[in-house]
Amino acid sequence: MSPSAIEIVDAAKVYGYGASAARALGGVSLGIRTGEFFTLLGPSGCGKTTLLRLIAGFEMPTEGTIHIGGKDMTAVPPNKRPVNTVFQSYALFPHLTARENIAFGLQMLGRPRDEVASEVEKMIALVKLEEMADRRPGQLSGGQQQRVALARALAPAPQVLLLDEPLSALDLKLRKEMQLELKRLQTETGITFVFVTHDQEEALTMSDRIGVMSGGRLLQVGAPREIYNRPVDRFVADFIGETNFIPAEARGDLVRVAGVDLSLPGAGNGPVTLAARPEQVRIGSNGPLPATLTRTVYFGTDTHCHMTLSDGTEIVARLQSPPSGDIGLRDGQGVRIDFAPGALQILEGA
Amino acid sequence: MRGRRFDITALPGFSAIAIGVFVVLYAPIVTIVVYSFNASNSVAVWGGFSFRWYEIAWENTQVQDATIRSLVVAVSAALISTTLATMAALGTTRRGRFKGQTFIYVMINQPLMVPEIVTAVALLIFFATIKVATGYQGLGYLILAHSAFCIPFAYLPIRARLEGMDLTLEIAAADLYATPWQTFRRVTLPLMAPGVAAGAMLAFVISLDDVIITEFVKSAGQDTLPTYMLGQLRRAVTPEVNAISTALLVLTVMLLTAFFLLTRRRD
Repeated sequence: MSPSAIEIVDAAKVYGYGASAARALGGVSLGIRTGEFFTLLGPSGCGKTTLLRLIAGFEMPTEGTIHIGGKDMTAVPPNKRPVNTVFQSYALFPHLTARENIAFGLQMLGRPRDEVASEVEKMIALVKLEEMADRRPGQLSGGQQQRVALARALAPAPQVLLLDEPLSALDLKLRKEMQLELKRLQTETGITFVFVTHDQEEALTMSDRIGVMSGGRLLQVGAPREIYNRPVDRFVADFIGETNFIPAEARGDLVRVAGVDLSLPGAGNGPVTLAARPEQVRIGSNGPLPATLTRTVYFGTDTHCHMTLSDGTEIVARLQSPPSGDIGLRDGQGVRIDFAPGALQILEGA
Repeated sequence: MRGRRFDITALPGFSAIAIGVFVVLYAPIVTIVVYSFNASNSVAVWGGFSFRWYEIAWENTQVQDATIRSLVVAVSAALISTTLATMAALGTTRRGRFKGQTFIYVMINQPLMVPEIVTAVALLIFFATIKVATGYQGLGYLILAHSAFCIPFAYLPIRARLEGMDLTLEIAAADLYATPWQTFRRVTLPLMAPGVAAGAMLAFVISLDDVIITEFVKSAGQDTLPTYMLGQLRRAVTPEVNAISTALLVLTVMLLTAFFLLTRRRD
């Protein structure tokens, strides 16, 4: 097993020239391992799609190099790269049937006719499109078109499959189904998937590793648990899930929050910003940190409690709703806050 | 309930005006078609039903010559202008927006804006110089002139077709290992084909029908069907012209119906 399916070094992309030049990607280095499900996550305009287009070869990087399967592919045109793409708009050929669409890549590779036919049938079975195979894209539903697009990109057995927000056009229920489906296909085929999305939940549930991007830069790369529990900075913490940001003063193994010292080994010295996930915040009668409950919001399974500390910092706790639905707290009531062990994180550069 | 939306059909006199317009539009054409089957020598007096004038026109060698010449010019002009228009349409639509795009559109569509008589006079003088210099008197001048003014008619339907085509399709083909030529051959060309066929038909019809430029550019003895008919009418009006007109009308309507069917969006 070769270690790297894709090796990107200092890739930068600038559109336009002179004064109107726009830097879409600013020197990104990234290694994607063979056989992993890697997700590029970030808000729109963060450069994730640009990075994907550089890997596919639809754009050339202004600076930097891209290796695929150990070979330098920086200047190789897309039709000579061992990668295939599932497009956001699917980009199915409207004049060809589902079967002909799926066969396209293999035909272009010059595979013998009977091999193409048997591969295509395998793909049709893999994405469960047996009854729809002779229809044109215009006669298929969004979800079915999605499956054709997937099968078409998988049929030539690429080293890497690139997926550009492929689920964004589907409704919620279908999207959930396709998430599981994609994960199943990735496991069955063993192909490296590079998946682009702005949906953090999608990224967390499907990925082996996630790269969080913003402003043309890669901020953090790690497994979903790592990204969620150990965000490197405020942006990552805020973009992935909900987070409380708490200003504090670090002193050795202690942090002082709203005049109260909390234990946090290795906190260092000076002003810091702490991050704590709402589900890690506990409310009880003997927690160390006094606060005032300002508002509770009922979400069904959870109840969100909004609280204010004595210095005005707002903190949200997410509690599991009891069977009665009433957590027994009233607005304006004084409460005491505690944090689950390891819940408090010191954010860098804050 | 009618609601407050403006409804033009509810205005007084709407039906009367509509009927009046249709009568003015179609009555002369119906007359010409009906009288083309007139047995009599007169264009105004009905003398019974007959194919006589069709037979006379069919056997008239001048009509035969003019028809063949018209077809040669129209087919050549349609082929040349459609080829050029296809290349122009590909260049202006398949690579996203670019600087000077509007200017290029205006340049390509020049024949739609310059008065035809101006083009005709300009071509007359231009070609006269070439005729003197080279001595060539053939049909090439007519074909060249027709090709030029047919370009925008071929270009517009092709461009419309290409603009409705997702640019990602060609990227997807390249992603699936198609070379640029294979991409054109397997994806772009089949998808644009109805637009190209429609453009060619429109160009053919426009060329077939042209009088002004042909009249100025043609050399002696190079009458096309429309200029022959014009020449005939100058001398004496015979029902033969009715018959030719009717035949031309049928051909044009058939081609334009095909054009409409091709440009109609299926999905």
